[in-house]
Amino acid sequence: MPHDHAHDPDHAHAVLPSEPALRVKALETLLTEKGLVDPAALDEIIDSYQDKIGPKNGAKVIARAWTDPAFKAALLADGTAAVSEMGFYGRQGEHVTVVENTPEVHNMVVCTLCSCYPWPLLGIPPAWYKSDAYRARAVREPRAVLAEFGVTLLPTQKVRVWDSTAEMRYLVLPMRPEGTEGMSAAELAPLVSRDAMVGTGIARGPKP
Amino acid sequence: MGEPAFTAPWHAQLFALTVHLSEAGHFSWSDWTQTFGAALKRNGLAKELDGGDDYFAAWLEALEAILHGIADGAKIAALTDQWRQAYLDTTHGEPVRLPGG
Repeated sequence: MPHDHAHDPDHAHAVLPSEPALRVKALETLLTEKGLVDPAALDEIIDSYQDKIGPKNGAKVIARAWTDPAFKAALLADGTAAVSEMGFYGRQGEHVTVVENTPEVHNMVVCTLCSCYPWPLLGIPPAWYKSDAYRARAVREPRAVLAEFGVTLLPTQKVRVWDSTAEMRYLVLPMRPEGTEGMSAAELAPLVSRDAMVGTGIARGPKP
Repeated sequence: MGEPAFTAPWHAQLFALTVHLSEAGHFSWSDWTQTFGAALKRNGLAKELDGGDDYFAAWLEALEAILHGIADGAKIAALTDQWRQAYLDTTHGEPVRLPGG
């Protein structure tokens, strides 16, 4: 009989995690033993970002700004205060500046240092936002990057690139799409994509 | 939309660990971004990082660096070995625990 552990259930061991995954477990074990980490608190943090906090929050802010001029003015004047009032505050949302796209200016956001991002409004950044390519090229050749994202700017539009830091995070207020007159904030929110709020997309009108 | 926030469980675990330790006052978030930015730069010299596993590998390196003095590297290495062995010694489907843990 051939010697074959793989098909012998008595010998099948648990799937071995990758080296960095094992090292993270080791770090957590060490810090928990030292009383510096509460595993329940870690679970709570993961749950929040996996299920509760994401771009839907930011989309509600944008849709409200499109339909409520007083709120929009407040949002542009003091982003942190305006989004906090809607319940979107906390980690990495302490200093939020909202920048408005117009027919003259298209804004896009990057973090050239690491991956600073307004978590309470957009959740955890996608891999491309964290990639070296985006972090380097967004500043150097924003129009080429935008073209790759499928964004064609108006000939009149300049591009402004905002570099996030631990102290300041940015949210783009996209232009309200054509053909959405009379729509409510609740109807508009699904039209606001994550990319539109990072400035690597635009808000698109409802499909006819 | 619909993309998972984290593509591997250890990314999520590492993220949570870092946020938790910063909130507990072991380091400021500003110091964290400096340390992490430096780790990304170092790791990005040899190859362009794609924002996935390699990004979190740099993150782990940065966290160990900023915890220097709190979490000893030799102890982390020893516990990593113990965890590896625990997985190898555990029958598939059973919960994996450290001996005596």
